Amino acid sequence: MAERVAACVACHGEQGRATTEGYYPRIAGKPAGYLFNQLVNFREGRRQNTTMTYLVSNLPDSYLREIADYFSAQNPPYAPPQRLLAAPAALERGRVLATAGDASKKLPACAACHGSALTGMAPAVPGLLGLPRDYLNAQFGAWSNRVRSAAAPDCMAQITSRLSAEDLGAITAYLSAQTVPPHAAPAAPTADRAKLPLDCGSIPRGAP
Amino acid sequence: MKRVLGWLLLLPLLALCVLLFMSYLAEREEPVVGGPAQDATVQAARGRYLALAGDCAACHTARGGATYAGGREIQTPFGSVYSSNLTPDSNTGLGAWSSDDFWRALHHGKSKDGRLLYPAFPYPNYTKVTRADADALFAYLKTLAPVAQANREAGLRFPYNQRLLLAGWRALYFRPGVFQPEAAQSAQWNRGAYLVQGLGHCNACHTSRDPLGGSETKADLAGGMIPVLNWYAPALTSGPESGLAKWDATQLARLLKTGVSDQGAVYGPMAETVYKSLQYLSDEDMGAMAGYLKSLPPARASAAAPPPSGESLARVMESGGRLYAKYCADCHGANGAGAPPAYPPLAGNHSLTMESAVNPIRMVLNGGFPPGTGGNPRPYGMPPFRLVLSGDETAAVVTYVRNSWGNSAGVVSPVEVSRYAAVPLE
Repeated sequence: MAERVAACVACHGEQGRATTEGYYPRIAGKPAGYLFNQLVNFREGRRQNTTMTYLVSNLPDSYLREIADYFSAQNPPYAPPQRLLAAPAALERGRVLATAGDASKKLPACAACHGSALTGMAPAVPGLLGLPRDYLNAQFGAWSNRVRSAAAPDCMAQITSRLSAEDLGAITAYLSAQTVPPHAAPAAPTADRAKLPLDCGSIPRGAP
Repeated sequence: MKRVLGWLLLLPLLALCVLLFMSYLAEREEPVVGGPAQDATVQAARGRYLALAGDCAACHTARGGATYAGGREIQTPFGSVYSSNLTPDSNTGLGAWSSDDFWRALHHGKSKDGRLLYPAFPYPNYTKVTRADADALFAYLKTLAPVAQANREAGLRFPYNQRLLLAGWRALYFRPGVFQPEAAQSAQWNRGAYLVQGLGHCNACHTSRDPLGGSETKADLAGGMIPVLNWYAPALTSGPESGLAKWDATQLARLLKTGVSDQGAVYGPMAETVYKSLQYLSDEDMGAMAGYLKSLPPARASAAAPPPSGESLARVMESGGRLYAKYCADCHGANGAGAPPAYPPLAGNHSLTMESAVNPIRMVLNGGFPPGTGGNPRPYGMPPFRLVLSGDETAAVVTYVRNSWGNSAGVVSPVEVSRYAAVPLE
C-alpha cells in the first residue's frame, strides 16, 4: 500500500507524519472516518486545495476508504511542537477555550468533541495536536470564508462564526504549542452523536 | 473600368448568398419522425449505457452537485458557459420536454424554445446519434429523480455573448446528419466509428481548434492543445505523434477501459473520461472503438524534429540522468521499462515525445493517479515533484526521458516549465 500512495507522502511526509515544511498536516493516526470524509470533501469540492482535488478526483470511494485506513493505522513519532512567539495571556486563553470553552459565547470546549486529550475521537473527529499553526489558522479562515465545509449540519462552521479573531488566534497558538503525549490515539467513539455539544453531520448517527 | 467595378460590387453580394446557403444547410430541419416504440425498461437501460458512452454526467454535474443537474462551469477561450439541468424537473430541467424537443437539441443544437445552443455542448458530434439512441437517452433521463436547480446564464465576453452570431458559426462548422455506415467496412468498424464520432465526441479534445473554436475538420483526431485546460490531447491517428500504429489493439482497449496498459497509462483530462465514461463500455464496444481508431490513416506527416545535439544537451542529459536515477528509476526503471500496469513504461511512450512537452512537464510537476476503475480499482499514484525539483531540474529530467532509451524529442527549457507550472489544475 505504501507504494500505491507515494503521491500522498510527497507533501504529508513519510507514513503521513507531516514534514518540516510547516503547512501540510499530519495525517498519520487520524481517525479513518475523518480522513475518508476529507478525501471525499476534496473530491466533491467541499474543501479547496487544487492539488488534493486533482489527485483524488478520479478515485472511487472504496479506494479512498482504503487510503484512509492505511494512514489511520500509521503511528510514526511526532515532531516536537513548533516554537512560537505567543503572549502568555493568549496561550492561557487558548488553554481555557480548548479545555473548558466559553459558555457566554456559546463555545463548547474543543475537548468536548476532539477528545479529552485533544487527540481526536473515533471514527470521524480529528486530533488537534501536532499540526502547524498555519494549517490550523487556514482551516478556521476557510470555514469563515465558506470555502471549507462538511456534511450538514456543519458544526465547525457554526463554531467558527462564534469565534473572535483574538480567540481564534489564541486557540491555534495553544494547540500548536502542545507536545503530543506518547501513544496518542483517538478516543473511543461517543455512544450517541446527539449527546455532543453540537450536531455534526460528519459523525455517523446512533451507536458507533 | 466601370464594368470591373460593377463586378467588384457584386462580390459581397455573392459572399452573402454563399453564407446564406451554408446557413440553410446548417439550419434546415427534416420533418420530425419519432423513433420506433420500444419496451420502456429496456429502452431506459440502454439510454443509461449511452449516457455513459457520451460522458454526459461529466459536464452536466457540478463538483459535489446532484448528478445530471448541471451547473458545471465549462471554461472556454470566449468565457464560461454552464451546463444545463438534465433531470426531469418541470421548471428547471427537462420535465416539460418531449422526445422531439430532445432530438432537436441533440441533432440540431437548438433548445426547446428554438434558441441556438452554444457548441460547448458538442452537437456537431451528437447530431450523428440515431433517433432510436436519442430516444433511449431521453427515456433514461426521464427516470432520474427531478432536481430543482435553475440553469445559469453563460458568462461569455462580447461579441461571443450574442447568440445570433451562432448562426454564422453554425453555417461554417455545423451540418446536421446522422452517422452513415460505410458499406465497405465491417459492422464492428462502423460501430467504433459511430461511437468515436458521435457520443464519444473524441474530437472535442483530440482535434485542434481554429480561432473561432471550430474543430479543424481537415485534421480530424490529429491531436491538439486543449484550450484553457492546457493539456495536449495526442493524435489518435496513426501518424508519428501518437504512434497508435504501434499500439496493440488489445492494449489500447485495455487502456481506454481500465486506465492502464502495458504501453502506458491515462492521465490529465483523459483520466476523468475513463473514470466517468469509458470504463463502463462493454468489451465489444471498447474493442470496436480501438479497432476504428487503429484504422485511421495518418492525418499529417509532421516533419520529425532533428534530434537535439551539442554540448549543452550533453550537460542537460547528464544532470537529467542523475535526477532520474535519484527520483524516477525506482518506479520507472533505470532502462525506462517501468513495471506496468503499476508504473507505466517511459521507453517508447509517445506521451513523452510529442512535439509539445506540456504533458510530461505537468506530470512531473503535479504527479497524479490513473483513474480507479473496475478493471484497476487501486491505481498507483505518481508523486508531485514540484516541491522537490527546481524549474531547471524539471526541464533537465523531462529532456532526459524524452531522449533516452530510443526516445527522441526536443529539449525542454526552464521557461516552458515555469509557464506550465502556473497553469491551474482545474
